[in-house]
Amino acid sequence: MSRIIGIDLGTTNSLVAYVDEGTGLPCVIADANGEVLLPSVVSFTPGGILVGRAARRALVRAPGSTIYSVKRFMGRGFDDVRDELRYFPFTVRATDGLLRLVAGDREVTPPEVSAVILRSLRERAEAHLGESIEKAVVTVPAYFNDSQRQATRDAGRIAGLDVVRIVNEPTAASLAYGLQRRRDGLIAVYDLGGGTFDISLLRVKDGVFEVLATNGDTHLGGDDLDRTIQVMFLDDIQSRHGVDLGGDAEAVQELRLAAEAAKIRLSTEERTVVTVPFDGFVYQREISRRELETLIEPFVARTLQPCRAALIDAGLGPADIDEVVLVGGSTRAPLVRRRVQELFGRTPHSQINPDEVVALGAAVQAHILSGGIDHMLLLDVTPLSLGIETLGGIVSVLIHRNTTIPTSAKEFFTTSVDGQRVVDLHVVQGERELAKDCRSLARFELSDIDPMPAGMPKIEMTFLIDANGILQVTARELRTGKAASIDVRPTYGLAEADVARMVEESFTYAEADVEARLLIETRTEAETVITHVERALRQAGDLATADERVHIARGLGELRQAREGTDRDLIRDKTTELNRITARLAEAMMDAALRGALGRSGAPALEGPG
Amino acid sequence: MDYFEIFGLPRRLTLDEGALQRRFYELSRQHHPDFHQGASPEEQARALTTSALINAAYRALRDPIRRIEYLVRLEEGRDAKEGDGINPKAAPGLLAEMFEIQEALQEAKGGCLDEASLATLRVQRDGLTARCRVEDARLREALAQAWDTAAPAERPAALAVLREALATRAYLRTVIDDLNQVLGEGQEQHVAHHRH
Repeated sequence: MSRIIGIDLGTTNSLVAYVDEGTGLPCVIADANGEVLLPSVVSFTPGGILVGRAARRALVRAPGSTIYSVKRFMGRGFDDVRDELRYFPFTVRATDGLLRLVAGDREVTPPEVSAVILRSLRERAEAHLGESIEKAVVTVPAYFNDSQRQATRDAGRIAGLDVVRIVNEPTAASLAYGLQRRRDGLIAVYDLGGGTFDISLLRVKDGVFEVLATNGDTHLGGDDLDRTIQVMFLDDIQSRHGVDLGGDAEAVQELRLAAEAAKIRLSTEERTVVTVPFDGFVYQREISRRELETLIEPFVARTLQPCRAALIDAGLGPADIDEVVLVGGSTRAPLVRRRVQELFGRTPHSQINPDEVVALGAAVQAHILSGGIDHMLLLDVTPLSLGIETLGGIVSVLIHRNTTIPTSAKEFFTTSVDGQRVVDLHVVQGERELAKDCRSLARFELSDIDPMPAGMPKIEMTFLIDANGILQVTARELRTGKAASIDVRPTYGLAEADVARMVEESFTYAEADVEARLLIETRTEAETVITHVERALRQAGDLATADERVHIARGLGELRQAREGTDRDLIRDKTTELNRITARLAEAMMDAALRGALGRSGAPALEGPG
Repeated sequence: MDYFEIFGLPRRLTLDEGALQRRFYELSRQHHPDFHQGASPEEQARALTTSALINAAYRALRDPIRRIEYLVRLEEGRDAKEGDGINPKAAPGLLAEMFEIQEALQEAKGGCLDEASLATLRVQRDGLTARCRVEDARLREALAQAWDTAAPAERPAALAVLREALATRAYLRTVIDDLNQVLGEGQEQHVAHHRH
């Protein structure tokens, strides 16, 4: 059987892993620069498509054509994301219920953007393993609904990957832990990622990982924390510098990245200073961990209710849990750790790197599927109840949430008019009583029913949720035994024809010269450095010595010249060189900034609430 | 094949839950689609449906109350989905008792209840919750044993008792849900489904 890789397709970062046959252990694969995390950012530049670090750098320069956090849009409708659109620098449109992201001069669907990320990881794995890769296990948040899972599978297909299994992120994490230490008991996996939150409760016994309940919020994660800090910065700039940068997409992105960096530093430091140079002024702000925690507390609190709901569904109390595992970069925040500890009355741990554990678990599941491991079995659940809309818009539940998958339910339908040949069905997912309050998955049209008096046909429909958590529907007319033909109209997904077209189109990107793409990335990097150095000279040129200024000017000139050519190595060398020449100036600027901030730290404007 | 047969069990309500779980894990290891990934499409489809059946059987049998609900459906020869068939119905004595609460509930839904009435409702809710627990325990223990030990001729009567107790329980839970809603207290006050 051909090799299957494991992919964690994250909101902020994505990773790829595989199980080494020699050791039987999962390991993550780094890129040529030794980087394991691929930032989930894709930039559509006139010269080609950038992904990862290069795209992330492009964010500040070309925010309108660079897509980040695309996972938030997967399998979604316009109404789901309307409220947060103002925070994104790119435009989002909806046609036929399908979201389209406007990146520069092109429109792309979320699965196409995710496909660029998946393809990059696939190429990374191929380069590392020296073989062609066609199959993958891809992880999704446990609380992802059917449309979001389908969209993820579509993304795989567009990237030329057969997604042989969709695995829930917290369960994948538990597999990675389970392979390491075989210990039985009840485990809670608390997974706070870049954009999504999941809680899963599992019973581990004799190699069986049985999920008892899962709950979560697919729109809650580190992104929200960054945004809150960023909004605070914008307000602060307005009041202290009298400038409203809210409409300046580039400035907003600079602040978002600064907010993220400050948040990360505050996980290990008590206070930190944020310095962001703008044209005309340098924004400086000291922020303490206390202040950060006040800002993010409401978001952390929102994770606790799903935890309690999952405990109730599993028929467990917090004290029953033997082990609490933390997954996802956001669980590095001390406040998150404290609140989780308070809830479960037990110190949570994250012995395996919380950024990597999901990808490692995906690799373990891939190894199980290819027959490499036979002592472990994962029994997962469906996170949301599945039902059909009945008279009056009421939902009749066919499959309850937290039912072990695969699972199936049968329902019988008939006609209400003589000679009726078509029956329509609306399938929804969610916990509310009215169909309009649930998530619409698809409309099914049963056609070619033999004309009979009303109420005579007996159509049996089978709703089956497979091990991926994805719905399959079949129908047959019981009197004739004939399989009924079903037309599926997904409410928020790509139609089969769309996916086929995208698979086709994606080949044209794949054939694009790899060298050409690398050149674009190198040029982009050079451009970023040039922009930074020019700005530094404008703002703090006086901090440089006369000698340095001559060197820097020469370095700049050489890099500009190299950038015009096609010699990638030369551009890279000149970039490195300019970075080296300006290192002291950068340090001097940072020092000056820090002195400025600390010197004024007694001023009320810089004080946090504590 | 009914759910009891899947696990090789007699049609009894008292069973060794540990043994049931072990058997469930064994069957899952044999049939779960994860272990048939390289098989033919037909075999994969079979693994999928078999696995779904095993999961449904385990879900119905592992919880004592769901087990009783399933047994009643099975004995009555009804092929209904989970939760169907048992209409919330109060025993005649209970209905009179509930009259007052139902009236207060109606008033509360109209939004005209003072703090004192709400406090009374809260006390009543707690009383009903306790009662529901008692009813659960009676079903799980005394009534389940009565069914298991009933001679063939006594079974219809034992079944009727089970059915009535389930209906009472369903009724109590509906009223408790309504009360919780009025009191603005969510799921957490629920009588959690007993599971392990």
